[in-house]
Amino acid sequence: MTGWVAANLISVLNGLAIGALLFVLAVGLSLVFGMMDVLNLAHGALFVVGAYLAAALTGGGASWGAFLGALGLAAVIGLLGGGLLSVMTEPLRRRSHLDQALLTLGVALIVAELLQIVFGDDPLAVPAPPGLDGSTSVFGAAYPTYRLVLIGVGAVLAVGVWLLVERTTLGALVRATVADRDMVAAIGVDNRRVKITVFALGSLLATVAGVLGGPVYGASVGLDSTVLILALVVVVIGGLGSVRGALVGALVIGQIESLGRALLPDLASFVLFGALALVLIVRPRGLFGGRSGATA
Amino acid sequence: MTDVSQQAEVPDNVVGGTASVTDPGRRRSPLTIAVVVVVVLVLAAAPLFLAPFATTTLTRLLVFGLLAVSLDLLVGVTGLPSLGHAAYFGAGAYAAGWVSVHVTAAIPVPLLVGAVVGGVAAAATGWVAVRSAGVYFLMLTLAIGEVLAQLAQSWDSVTGGANGLSGIPAARLGGEPLVNAGYLYWYVLVVGLVAFALVWLLARSPFGAALRGIRDNEPRMRAIGYPTVVHKYAAFVAAGTVAGAAGSLLAAQQRLVTPSDLGFTTAALVLLAVVIGGAGTLWGPVVGAAVVILVRDALGPGLGGHGELLLGIVFVLVVYLLPRGAAGLAGLRPFRRRRP
Repeated sequence: MTGWVAANLISVLNGLAIGALLFVLAVGLSLVFGMMDVLNLAHGALFVVGAYLAAALTGGGASWGAFLGALGLAAVIGLLGGGLLSVMTEPLRRRSHLDQALLTLGVALIVAELLQIVFGDDPLAVPAPPGLDGSTSVFGAAYPTYRLVLIGVGAVLAVGVWLLVERTTLGALVRATVADRDMVAAIGVDNRRVKITVFALGSLLATVAGVLGGPVYGASVGLDSTVLILALVVVVIGGLGSVRGALVGALVIGQIESLGRALLPDLASFVLFGALALVLIVRPRGLFGGRSGATA
Repeated sequence: MTDVSQQAEVPDNVVGGTASVTDPGRRRSPLTIAVVVVVVLVLAAAPLFLAPFATTTLTRLLVFGLLAVSLDLLVGVTGLPSLGHAAYFGAGAYAAGWVSVHVTAAIPVPLLVGAVVGGVAAAATGWVAVRSAGVYFLMLTLAIGEVLAQLAQSWDSVTGGANGLSGIPAARLGGEPLVNAGYLYWYVLVVGLVAFALVWLLARSPFGAALRGIRDNEPRMRAIGYPTVVHKYAAFVAAGTVAGAAGSLLAAQQRLVTPSDLGFTTAALVLLAVVIGGAGTLWGPVVGAAVVILVRDALGPGLGGHGELLLGIVFVLVVYLLPRGAAGLAGLRPFRRRRP
């Protein structure tokens, strides 16, 4: 009996860790889409860029310097990559949303192939920084310390993003743009600059999530589409353009992923799809979606 | 509330909704008919002149082309961009392969089983997807495709897991196995042409016209009394059925089906083929499929197996420069921008 509880406590903790990571990943995707209707299919590729970066820098041995270096470098690459993607989609602004999504799909293919050329086909492991690579006893069960820290870091980032969106002028601008883009443009705000900023920050979160997720997921070919799909499911369930939706969606999907895999290993992906289908039947625009998405 | 917000998004692609510029075959000049006849004759005669390896590449091209045509029924005709279409292709391929191994490889059987299973898989999963539109549809089909790919990966006893379903016997016609690359090619060509003709007829039928109406302005179609969700569902199942048939051809040609045949990369490459070729024209996607297969299989080995890098670059260029794909270049129809 205690064994069962312990096993499921581990699953719940795993779910929290995955959920924290998914929130960091999905919130950028959600805001960019909610604001500018650009579905960034290269979001998964950005995550994997972060993961490979972590693998490359910590390849010579785990150290805090290498890990923090990877985080910093990933943040810079994310900012630049997001800005570049935003600029690239700009000429397609007057065309359909699909064209913009297709462009990012092409970029995702190119990035994935380039990473495969540089780093090879074999999956790479990312060691956790020293001091976090052991395990901690949680109610008598050994649990990887890094994942506990990941839950904490995810919570801090979630609070940070929430404060940024809810309590700053930039955040007010973002929420206003989600609610009514044309009205924001009419009062003299350049939409493109808001878009570049949010795109760059969202991409930064994606590459940072890649580094943070490195010790959990490693870096491998095909990880980009797995991660992209999880992020998409999160934003569809939560509702596009909503920070709160992304948070709730990420926590729900995190639990479904880990409890599903623990309790019904063969049916895990069906449970995921079933949850998605259920939400869409009850709330076609997601739990916090719709035009009222401005309530972040 | 939900409906209002959905309608608010539509006007974006309503412009030009009066004329279906992508109606296949609306302008059938003698020249067009002559081109069709010559293309079919050249395709039929190809194995007589080509080396077996080239014939095999051409066979793969036809299989992939048929898959692209079935996707075009969704993307170009109905306006539903799917990133999970490879799932039904793979479902048909696994079903046809399994029947060939365990029951019979006599020719109509694997083909029919593949088509039926493709259609059933589309019917079982499509009802969720067709409730949405546009980019939401893209996301949902992506998720569905990935779930089915994971099923193929984990259902070891039927699919062979990560190793794939191997040891598929050659398709048999009247008791004779089609081992010769040329005979196999002709089998694929006949099935492909018949399926293409069926999709073409479907797209030209009143049903196809209703689908184009949904693509151009779904709220208006709903307002004049069309059950648009039922129409979209029917199109989705039809496309899945044709994709399943294409999958059975893949099983016959490759004699091996692996999870990557229904994964994200395949789904993305088919969508890429449709976009490169020109969505909504049905023949354009076949040209796009040819580009994809030739770059990946013919040029790819020279690039260290990274043909997909080149494809990604081609894709990005096409999205910028050729909004209507290769079909837009052909100039067979007066140039009209659907979305100015």
